[in-house]
Amino acid sequence: MSDKDSSGTLPVNEVASDSLVARFDGEVHSDTREGYEGYIVAANMLPEVANVLRDELGYDYLSSVTGVDYIDENHIEVVYHADQTAGGKGINIKVQLDRENPVVPTLVPIYPGADFQEREVFDMYGVQFDGHPNLRRILMWDGFHGYPLRKDWKEAYYEEDVKPFDSRWPGGGVKRSEADNPYGKNVSYPPGFDINNWTPETDDSLYESLQKTTSNGKSLHTDSIVVNIGPQHPSTHGVFRMVVALDGETITDLQPVMGYLHRNHEKIGERNTFLQNMPYTDRLDYLCSMSNNFGYALAVEQLMGADVPERAEYIRILMAELTRISNHMWAIGFLLNDLGAFQTPALYAIRARELILDVFEATAGSRMMCNYMRFGGLARDFPDTLRGEDTVQFITDLVENTLPKAIDELDQFLTANEIVRSRCIGVGVLPPDKAIAYSAAGPLLRASGVPYDLRTADSYSIYDRFDFDICTRPNGDVYDRYLVRVDEMRESTRICQQVMRDIPAEGEIFSGKPQYNVRVPAGESYGRVENPKGELGYYVVSTGKANPYRYHVRAPSFVNLTVLGELCKGHKVADAVVILGSIDIVLGEVDR
Amino acid sequence: MNNELSNPDIPVPSELQSAVTITSLDKIYNWGRRSSIWPMVFGLACCAIEMICTAASRFDIARFGMEVFRATPRQADLMIVSGTVTKKMVPQIVRLFNQMPEPKYVMAMGACASGGGPFKEGYNVVSGIDKFVPVDVYVPGCPPTPQALLHGLIKLQEKIDSQSLKSVRWYGQETSEAVPVPVLGPDLFDPRQHALLAQQAGQVQENTESVEE
Repeated sequence: MSDKDSSGTLPVNEVASDSLVARFDGEVHSDTREGYEGYIVAANMLPEVANVLRDELGYDYLSSVTGVDYIDENHIEVVYHADQTAGGKGINIKVQLDRENPVVPTLVPIYPGADFQEREVFDMYGVQFDGHPNLRRILMWDGFHGYPLRKDWKEAYYEEDVKPFDSRWPGGGVKRSEADNPYGKNVSYPPGFDINNWTPETDDSLYESLQKTTSNGKSLHTDSIVVNIGPQHPSTHGVFRMVVALDGETITDLQPVMGYLHRNHEKIGERNTFLQNMPYTDRLDYLCSMSNNFGYALAVEQLMGADVPERAEYIRILMAELTRISNHMWAIGFLLNDLGAFQTPALYAIRARELILDVFEATAGSRMMCNYMRFGGLARDFPDTLRGEDTVQFITDLVENTLPKAIDELDQFLTANEIVRSRCIGVGVLPPDKAIAYSAAGPLLRASGVPYDLRTADSYSIYDRFDFDICTRPNGDVYDRYLVRVDEMRESTRICQQVMRDIPAEGEIFSGKPQYNVRVPAGESYGRVENPKGELGYYVVSTGKANPYRYHVRAPSFVNLTVLGELCKGHKVADAVVILGSIDIVLGEVDR
Repeated sequence: MNNELSNPDIPVPSELQSAVTITSLDKIYNWGRRSSIWPMVFGLACCAIEMICTAASRFDIARFGMEVFRATPRQADLMIVSGTVTKKMVPQIVRLFNQMPEPKYVMAMGACASGGGPFKEGYNVVSGIDKFVPVDVYVPGCPPTPQALLHGLIKLQEKIDSQSLKSVRWYGQETSEAVPVPVLGPDLFDPRQHALLAQQAGQVQENTESVEE
């Protein structure tokens, strides 16, 4: 990397730059690599810099923590993205560590939201976070061999560093990876692994780490029990596991265990070409494929400097907001499922969602996995007809009449319902300061009264042209999270109505010529959108080649789970199910 | 009664046709089974969402007598493996399969459950559930549409129709063996491959020794 780069990007924030670099003379440098921004901090100074960022400069919200393995420079970089909940651009700081012995102080005491993300970096890169309260693997299991996202770690089916593989392209050959593996399966064992002298790891240390009792010694002594909810349980919304310590029926401690759907999105993403990743983003939060596409397209467009035609921008926003409605429909339907109203509200919610899926299917070709956006536009325009009607007519009718009616219907039957109120009000209360500290995002944050929404806080695309409100509620309990979702659906229909009113009737939907392999200049970018579940960020590092060097997803569901244990403590075990339902997670995104 | 049940070779007097049907034991037994397949509430990933949509009002799986999703494997006839099977999850899936009573069926829904799908190369992904448990029906798609899933269920019904009480495994002399549950070690370890693994480890040691020499 050249260190005298004259075209270096401007600092993110002049104030931050002045005070940070001046104050920590010699310990903090501006990142001058071409296409990079932010600051490089000496590892031992990190907690102090973070304190200054949080308390003096207003970056109170730690959005993302991730690592990058720069194997040629022989260091691992830990990248932190911080934001101001008051709004404005974010800032990123980096710590460069030795690959052989990467140790960095933890940021959990300053930003508790770093907890799971630091564990993920430890799991994937082997970075030791000094002082972390519970540094154990999070996505893989204890006892797994190796740190998978390191560039020199090869999986069992490893073929080549990057795609397209020679065996497939351009010849069009087919190869079964099983044939090359001595076990005929997707496994590889470390050299010298002796199956006869080996005992598997158990979960005992996890069970022992739980806080078992809250009793003050005066009451009758009772044994506390540990209950595993999941990974196969109808209430966990997928393959998620909660290890719960119970005193009677009261939760004394709760530890989420995840990774049961860890399908190596990021490792595969670094082998793929930039465009090949687009359909994979569909499968992150598989209820919101359109807005997942949106975030990834923004991240790569930032690097490419691509323009998006006017009509494409409008369609993007229409699709993202329809996605928000369909996601919240699903979330509310299944929250009611968790409350015990088994299936009936969910059936009504799914009925409304199906109409939105019809729009997606007609436009993108698939109900769920839309793979619709491209760098610089969209894959295709609206079809002429949809369910035998004119498409524009159908969508206008949908957002003007059908969806508002469906939302009113849910609101009318559920909001004042006595059981909903008594099960939800005052349950799982998250105060605003804690919500920010734990990096909660989306409806979870806004229901705590923090009006932080990327659509206005760090506006992207053409959201600044629309008239809509950021919905907040003051109490931060399950009921308020439900209400925020209802409000947001209403606001989304408002945005959709404005889109259908203002959208140019004709026009390009893609700038430039469509190409299989896009040219992406070297550099880093952090593209993010306000997904229905919260801030979805993509941290992409390009070296100018056809494949991303680093591809990280800041998944809102994953980070939102950091606070789950805190929310559940002191509640009954049945409430844990409701609190989890109100956070609204999707495991494809939690585990990636 | 039901036309699909009656045997056309044995005539029934016309005055009795509304009340009597003559059929084979296999046919009536299979008819009962195929019309009340209870799937397990068991969702892994994206495909589970389409499975739920199939169960909802628009596609209405109840038309096939399959709407009774059971939350416990002890009451389920069918395991729809709806999503990517990861190494971390496969011990639980095998255990669930072992807990289901016979007769039991497995459907691999979608590309991932059938063969690894788009995530096949991943280090935590199993290349299809059929590496561990026997699969009756594969449904292609990523994810399969509800129509495709229903088609898979109809194919399963056809399979049940073709089975005979005399030859099915679960009424035979031999009891069916449980599938050995895989173990998580440095990588996923299948107990059925114990000998192979020991042999491979021996080879590696020999190789390193010869290098040292």
